[in-house]
Formats: sequence, structure tokens, C-alpha cells
Amino acid sequence: MMKGLTNWRLFALMTALLVFLSGCGREEISTLIPAGKVAQDQFNLLILSTIVMTFIILVVSVIYVLAIVKFRRSKLGDDMIPEQVEGSAKLEFIWTAVPIVLLLILAVPTVYSTFDLADVTAMDSVNEEGEQNNLTVNVTAKLYWWEFEYPEQEVVTAQELVVPTDERVYFNLISADIKHSFWIPSVGGKLDVNPENVNKFYLEFDKESSELEDGVFYGKCAELCGPSHALMDFKVKSVDREEFDQWIAAMQEEPEPAADALAQEGEETFANSCIGCHAVSGSGSAGAVGPNLATFGDRNRVAGFMEHNEENLKKWIQDPQEYKPGNLMPDGETNNGGEPFSEQELDALAAYLMSLSVEE
Amino acid sequence: MDLNKRYTAQSWPDHPETATLEGKNKFVGFWLLLAAETVTFASLFATYLALKDRGPDASEFTAAGLFELPLVFAMTMILLTSSLTSVYAMHHMKNHNFKAMQAWLGITVLLGLTFLGLEIYEFNHYVHLGFGFTTSAFSSAFFTLVGTHGAHVLFGLSWFIALMVRNSKRGLNMYNAPKFYLAALYWHFIDVVWVFIFTVVYLMGVIG
Amino acid sequence: MSSLAQKKGFGAFIWDYLTTVDHKKIAILYLISGGFFFLVGGLEAMMIRIQLMKAGNDFLSAGLYNEIITMHGTTMIFLAAMPLLLAFMNAVMPLQIGARDVAFPFLNSLGFWLFFFGGIFLNLSWFMGGAPDAGWTNYASLALASEGHGIDFYSLGLTISGFGTLIAGINFLVTIINMRAPGMTYMRMPLFTWTTFVASALILLAFPPLTIGLFFMVFDRLFDANFFVVEMGGNTIIWEHLFWIFGHPEVYILILPAFGIFSEIFAIFSRKRLFGYTALVFATILIGFYGFMVWAHHMFTVGLGPTANAVFALATMIIAVPTGIKIFNWLLTIWGGSISFTVPMIYAVAFIPSFVAGGVTGVMQAMAPLDYQLHDSYFIVAHFHYVIVGGVVLGILAGTHLYWPKMFGTMLSEKLGMITFWFFFIGFHLTFFIQHFLGLMGMPRRVYTFGADQGWDLFNMISSVGALFMAIGVLVLLVNVVLTQVKNVRVGNDPWGDGRTLEWAIPSPPPFYNFAQTPLVRGLDTYWIEKMEGNKEGMVYAEPLGDVHMPNGSIIPLIMSFGMFVAAFGALYFLDDTKPWALAVLIIGLGITFGSMLVRSLKDDLGFHITKEELIEDAKRGGNTDGLK
Repeated sequence: MMKGLTNWRLFALMTALLVFLSGCGREEISTLIPAGKVAQDQFNLLILSTIVMTFIILVVSVIYVLAIVKFRRSKLGDDMIPEQVEGSAKLEFIWTAVPIVLLLILAVPTVYSTFDLADVTAMDSVNEEGEQNNLTVNVTAKLYWWEFEYPEQEVVTAQELVVPTDERVYFNLISADIKHSFWIPSVGGKLDVNPENVNKFYLEFDKESSELEDGVFYGKCAELCGPSHALMDFKVKSVDREEFDQWIAAMQEEPEPAADALAQEGEETFANSCIGCHAVSGSGSAGAVGPNLATFGDRNRVAGFMEHNEENLKKWIQDPQEYKPGNLMPDGETNNGGEPFSEQELDALAAYLMSLSVEE
Repeated sequence: MDLNKRYTAQSWPDHPETATLEGKNKFVGFWLLLAAETVTFASLFATYLALKDRGPDASEFTAAGLFELPLVFAMTMILLTSSLTSVYAMHHMKNHNFKAMQAWLGITVLLGLTFLGLEIYEFNHYVHLGFGFTTSAFSSAFFTLVGTHGAHVLFGLSWFIALMVRNSKRGLNMYNAPKFYLAALYWHFIDVVWVFIFTVVYLMGVIG
Repeated sequence: MSSLAQKKGFGAFIWDYLTTVDHKKIAILYLISGGFFFLVGGLEAMMIRIQLMKAGNDFLSAGLYNEIITMHGTTMIFLAAMPLLLAFMNAVMPLQIGARDVAFPFLNSLGFWLFFFGGIFLNLSWFMGGAPDAGWTNYASLALASEGHGIDFYSLGLTISGFGTLIAGINFLVTIINMRAPGMTYMRMPLFTWTTFVASALILLAFPPLTIGLFFMVFDRLFDANFFVVEMGGNTIIWEHLFWIFGHPEVYILILPAFGIFSEIFAIFSRKRLFGYTALVFATILIGFYGFMVWAHHMFTVGLGPTANAVFALATMIIAVPTGIKIFNWLLTIWGGSISFTVPMIYAVAFIPSFVAGGVTGVMQAMAPLDYQLHDSYFIVAHFHYVIVGGVVLGILAGTHLYWPKMFGTMLSEKLGMITFWFFFIGFHLTFFIQHFLGLMGMPRRVYTFGADQGWDLFNMISSVGALFMAIGVLVLLVNVVLTQVKNVRVGNDPWGDGRTLEWAIPSPPPFYNFAQTPLVRGLDTYWIEKMEGNKEGMVYAEPLGDVHMPNGSIIPLIMSFGMFVAAFGALYFLDDTKPWALAVLIIGLGITFGSMLVRSLKDDLGFHITKEELIEDAKRGGNTDGLK
């Protein structure tokens, strides 16, 4: 009997510990491990409000527990008729006034922060040479992928956002079809991507993503947008300014032709079946039918969420609906003019796509 | 309640519409319904203002280009007059003068039908210009707002006619007095809504 | 015709319920159909939790999952929570104010049948090509892109049931304004009546914007209008505004009656007058009032701009004040009382910490910048389940146990009730507490699956286990209901022994005319006052025994609602090329509705009288005839 109880306690303790340890989530995606000014501001508000709310809960709990312990009928006897108190103006005043004060404590930073985080006035400011002072990224959300355009640099990419650290990056968000919401939890709160208007905000990335276990921050679509809403992920690479400039320069160059034989074969197949929707050059502007593949070899995931290997890539090309229901990419059969890609063609395509890279 | 009880102008209460509990309930309930109707129309107005002049890129239809005030002004006058004639009808209802009430209600219905006819003519005119329900967001919002009002006019007229026909033989009693009263109240509400439509849609559309 | 006449047989029994205009029977209809939809919604919830039990689960497909979450939310809010609360409003409120029925018994029946057919119509989507899949909020761009007719079932079904609710709201308002017994001033009304009053006012003003939004949706999808079609100049944000102008008050429409039930329970089972009755009443009114000014806090991330966000953030925070007033007044009600831990009371006691937890996370989300992180994450899922399950559902379960004897004349088992409570309560916290952290860890809501690489596995598993506990609790409640009705042990007027308000002064269930003589109300908690003064009859009368006027039953409400149901199918298939009969169906349906409306308005229906002699006769038999037995 005692032994059973001890075991049970141990189990409970272990469970509690486990819950505690995993309580903050992964740093690639958790709002509890902020990696930028915006997320940090929001995290601070979370802490402040949690303290205030814990205080309220404590006050309520103390009165509550005392009341239900002290005034049980089993203790007072069945015949006791309590005094029928009407109320108390003094108490009413106290529990009206005190919450108002507590709310004011929350209201001031809330209002300040609301205006601060929405301040995009510096977005279009230019230096003496007419170059923009800050990086602007145009984000277009599509079913179910993300296009990132760097208008000043005339560079476009998809699915993996690359940004410099330690500076403000401004975003223009618009949807090409239905409403989505752009969210990088560990870097800052979300902003909706509406079909009818451009939404603007900024984020700051304090940490290089290479320090993370997975090498990228996770981005999410936060607004239900159809069957594959759950899979509409993107990734964020934050690099220092120097590396970012290199990346931009590499993107602006024309891609080199495929090196080995298999990849060359793949390039041909690609030219026949895929190039209508997918560009392989990073220079250009937004508005493509399918994601730009210039950086495909550098990517962290296939289709935004599958592990990045040739096996998954081949499965994806052959039957996209199976993995991301409702997406707009035709299946292998349609792309290949009526019959599924052969294993050889798939191998070639995969080799070619994996060879597309702008990083050394 | 005794339907066979005969009233004279003397025994008829000052406020027959609220003289019974049923009447009182209907009276309060109907005012509440009008509150809900007000919110309904407020939503329609808000949507109309948000979508005014909005259309596909090629759309040439705007409120300023489309609406013409003379016809709408005539419609406004007709509906306002019909509100006045329904007031006369209610005046006679309170004096237990059934025939006069029926006569004034008849005039009200005629005016209402004229209004409705003109509205149908107006809509038909727009459709012929190529401005139909599905042309643009603006057209959908316009036809829905004004059309909902038109449907209310139609319902109000049907209500008046049904009451007049149903009670033509038996005259006024405590059972139907509240019904006449509420139908008239409904008619006033429709009229007030039209005043807003005239101002917001037509006047502000042409001038603003 | 006297309805005391003896009728027999099962057919007569069914016919009686189909045609009833008696508020107590309509309450039972609401309770049964609301309970049924609650089970349906619960089943959907279980499927959601099974799907999310582990990473990459394939129990449900992506499309089906979206249909299930949409129907879970829609069913629970519109077809379970609201009708269950309407059941208690119908069953209790007229008794609490000493009325013989509601102001419009016919409309009461119409309201029920509209809700019923609307709910059936919505759920038929499962069998007719797929359920709606754009979430219960049905945001316009996704809804317009949705294939099939699911969304149309949603808009038409909710339009119909929304009319029913609006009618019920107007009915209750007029009942409370006009039909209070002599002496029942506004400030003597029991708190449940007050919350019914305010909730009805909210229904009155909140449902029209929803109806308009739904009409736009129907027009856009079925009649080619362009309200939300961006290429044609439309704007999808209009839907969001209209939906939330309705949606936020809707939350208070749900929670206020639950507050009312808890207020009754705290007073009864503490044997103590509500502390700060006046403050509670004004807090109720304030909450209702503010409820209309905060809708945009559901839209902080839409991009309305910092000024709008700041204003709505502040307005939202203010609501915490009247809510806090309520909590503290309840605490002070039990303070110094004599608390008896019956099943209703244990629910009420459990409600306080649960609801406070949901309230404080609400304030956190009112802080707009923080909400950018919390919005549309599992944090919000946790928050609204804390207020809706921790507030509304606990209130409904408490109300079920509290008012069961008044509605059915039998007492639910306390022992099984306790079992239900513990399973449900523990399961509830297990399911939803952990979801706050899932949200903070970056998990968006409405995802049908999640990867093993996101770090959300364990917490989702815990949450699913909790859901199982809740399901067990509900099953035990069902067993309880069946056993209780089979045993059929009848109870007296005041089965809890400490009733304070008028409904406990009359038989359980009350006779169909409620009060043979209208009571005279001498203060707040009028039955308690009479009891304390030793009045054996439990009330003093405002009138001598005389003939009582009652309304006739009618089948017209059912036919009228059925017409709408038929017309909805016509509208649904209006644009389908393969279904040329749709227009005819639409016209026939509307014909049925307006035709029966015309019949109703042309045919005089003056009700009937129960004579004094019949009342005396009935009193001898125990005074609880329902017109059937």
C-alpha cells in the first residue's frame, strides 16, 4: 500500500517535471523564448499581466477557500439561518476601485506599445543617394505558400525568408487569394494578410538562426485558410548584415547550369514540365504562379513542412495533393503531359532541384 | 376578451391599442421589434457606405453619375404623405370611426402602391443602364439596402390590406384595434427609414 | 373547450408537444433538442482531440477536420448552449415573476421550431455533400472559396435559427416588462430574471447584424452578389465586423444567464440573501452595455490601425470591472452563509476559480500588442473554453440539477451528479489549462495536424486525455437522467428546502396555468420572506380565485418553421444548373410560411378560460396537472 503510494507520487513528480521542462517549447517557434524586440516587448507585457493577474487570483482564492472552509453547513448545523446581509457600499467601492487601478497599470504600456509596434513611418525613408534606409520585404501569401519579394534589391524568393539581424525589417503583407496571417512566434506577433489591403509592420531579429538547433525560425499561417492551413509553414533565416548582402548578391546573379549529368537531365525535364510556374532565378519581382526555387537546395523543408531529402521531394512532385490537400500544384502526371514521372525522371529532377543553391 | 361587445365612441377607450394586456404586450413587443429593425438597417447603411462606388476596375457606375433626384424626391413626398394619411386613419380609429379609418387607410395603401410602382420603375431603369444586382459591390449594396426597404413597404401594404379586408364587416373591437395601430406604427417606421435612404443614398450620393 | 379534459395515448402526447404554447413544455423541448446537439457537438470535440492526440495523426483528413471544427463551434454555440439556456429561461423566468405564461405563447413556440428546423437544416449538411468548413466565424474570403454547399447550409441554417432566437428575446423582454406580478418591481426581480432580461436585450440588438451578414453571404454565394468579392469591389472585413458586432454580445448572451443561475444557487445553498443585489444588477447591465463596444478586440491583428486597437483595448479592459464586482459579491454571498454542498452548489463553487482564470486571460488578450501573439493561437482556444465551458457549461449543468425537479418533478441522483461533476471538472482543466501553453509555444488554432518537430506532442496528449474525462462525465449524467426518470420519485414544491423565489412556492412541475391566483410580491426573495414569517402557503395573493385565461395550442408555428426549412433548400440549390426545381421549392416554402402567417393573422384565436371550479378541483388533486394526466 505504502509502496504503491510512493510510486504514484514519484510518477506525479516526474510528470510535473516533464511538463515544466517542456513548458517553454522549442526556441525556433516559442513566444516564450523571444528572439527580437517585438517579441520581447510582447513577452514583457505577458509577464506584467501575468503578475497582476496572479495577484487577483490570489486574492480571490484566499477569500474563496476561507469561505468554503469556514461556512460549511456540516460545521454550522442544519438549523442555522444566517443573517441576511444586504451588501456594503464600502466593499463595493473597494472592489471597483482596486481593479481600475490594476487595469491602469496594464493600460499604459498597452497603449504605448500598440502605437510603437505599428509605427512604420521610417519605412520609406531614404538616404542621400536615394536608397532606402531600411530593408523592406513584400510578403504575398498564396494557397499554401509564401512569396518574399525584396523590391529595392529586385530579388524574389519563396518559403524561406532571409533577413539581416539587428536592424528593423519592414513588411508589406498582401494575400493573392484568401485571408492568411503572418506569424513568426519567436520574433513577433502576427499580422493578418488580407486580400483587399496591404498591411504593414516591422520586426527585428536579434539572433542568428544558425545558432538554433534547426538552423531556422519557424513561421506559421495563423488564420484558417483551407484544408492545408496547418501545413502553410515557412522558415526564417536570420544572418548578419554582411552575409545577407552576400546572399542578395548571389540571388541577383543568373543561376549556373547544372553540373553533373543527372542534374542536367533533371534540368531538361524541369524545362519541359515545371518552368511554366516555377522560376529558378532569384532576380525578379513577385507574382509567380508557383514558389521560386532559386534557393531550393539551401532550404530546410520540402513544401514547407516535410523533411528536406530527395525521397520526400520525389513523393511531393509525383502527388502533391496527398501531402498538402487543396494546394494548387498539378500532380506529376499532369505536369508530365499525361503519364507519371518515371523513377529516373524523378531522380533527375530531385538531383537538379537539390543543386539549386545560392549559398556556398 | 369578448369580440361581440359593441363599442360606441363614448365607451371606446382613449388608447384602445393598450387597453388590454394583449394590446400592451403587442405594443411593447412591436417597439422592441422596431429596435431590432433599426439595427438591421443600420448594418445595411454601414455596408452601403463602405461599398459605395466600389466596383471592378472597369466599373463606371458611381452614385453621383447614376442617381437622379426628381423622381426620388417625388417618391419621398408620396411616402411622407402616406405616413400623414395613416395618422389620420389612426385618429379615426381612436375616435371609433371605422369607416373614416378604412377610407384613410385605403388612401395610404394607394400612395404606398404608387411608391412601390415608382421604385420598381427606378430599379428597372438602372438594370437597363447595365447596373444590376451583380454588377459590382456598389450595386449589390445599393439594391440590398433599398430593396430591403421596398420589401418592408410590400409587407406593410399586405398587412394593411389583410386587416382592412378581414375586419371590413365587423368593425373595430379591442382585439383588432392594436393590430391596426401596430400596422400604422410599422408604416411610420418604414417612412423614417426612407428619409434616411433619401438623405444618405440619394442626396449625399448626388451632392457628396 | 377545457384543456383539463382527459386525453390519452402516445399520439396525443406527441401532438400535445408539437402544438404546445406552454412555456414549461417549450422549455422541455429546448432542453431535449439542446441536449441532443450538445452530445453531437461533444462527439465532434472528441474527434478533434483524437486527431490531435499525437503528431502527424491521420484519424481525420484535413478537409473533414475543418468541417468538424466548424460544426463543433457552431453547434455548441448556436444549437447547444443557447437553447439550453433558453430552456431554463422558459422554464423558470415566468415562474420567478409570478406570470401564468410568457407574453406571446404562440411566438414562443414559433421561436423554438425555427431554432429546431434551423439546427436540423445545418446538420443535414453532413449527409448532403459536406458540412461547412470555414470555422464557426466563417470568414468571408475562405467561405466564398469553399466548394460544395457546406457554407450555404451554415448561412441559411443560422438565419432560420437566428430568427427563432430573436423572437425568443423579444418575447422574454415583453414578458418581464409587462407581466410581473403585483409588487414585483424591477429591483425585486430574482437575478436569473434580470440576466434573462439583459441577455434578451442583447439578443434583440446583436442578432440583426449577424442576420444581415448571413444574408450577404447567401447573396454572394447563391445569387452572385459582390459584398465580399474583392475583384468586384467587395470587402471581406465587412463580414468580420458584422460577425463580431454580433459575436461579442453573443458571448454575454451565453454567460449572463449562467451568471443568473449561479446567483440563484449561491443564495439558495448559502441560505443567504445575495450580497450586493443592486451592484449585481448594475454590473449585469454594464456588462451588457459594454458588450457592444468591444467587438473589434477580436480583430486586433486585422490591421485596423493603432488608434482603433488602443481604443478597443481600453474599452475591453473596462469590462473586467463589473465582472470583478460580480465575483466578489458572490464570494461575499457565501461568506457568512450556511453552505450546503449539493451538486448545483458544487458546480457553482467550481465555477468561480474556473471563470476567474478565463477572465484574467481575457484581460491579457485585451492588451492589443500581447494579443498579436495570443490571437488565433491555442491560447485563445484555452481562453474561450475557460469562459464558455468554465462559465456557461458549468452553469448549464448546475441549472440542470437545480431546476430538474421543477421541470420534471423528480430529483437527479446527487451521487451520480457528484461523479459527473468530478469527471467533468478535472477533465475540463486537464484539457484546456495546458492549451494556454501550447498557444504560447506557437501552436496556431484550427490546425488539423502538427509536426513532431514543433515540441507540442506531450501537451496535446494531456489535453486529449482530459477530453475523455469530460466525455465520461457527460455519459454518467445521461445515465443519471435515465435512472431518475425510470424511478420517478416525485418531489414537493421546494425540494432543495431553501428555495427563495416564487418558482419554489408552487408544485413541481407546476400546473399548466402556474398560479391559480396571482401572487403578491412583498420583497426580494419573496418565498423566503413568506417562509420566514411562517406562511404555510408560501405566498400571499393579489387576487381572489377566479377564472383564468389561457392561450390555445397551435400547430401553425411548426408549419411556419417548416416552410422556412423548405424554402432554405430552394435557396441552397438556386444556382445549381442540375436542379431546376430549386426555384419552385423556394416559392413553395415561402408560400407555406407566409400562408400560415396569413391564417394566423386572419383567424381569431382568443384562448380559453379555466373556470374557478376547475381550479379548485385541480388543487384537490395536488395542483400539478399539466393538462394531460
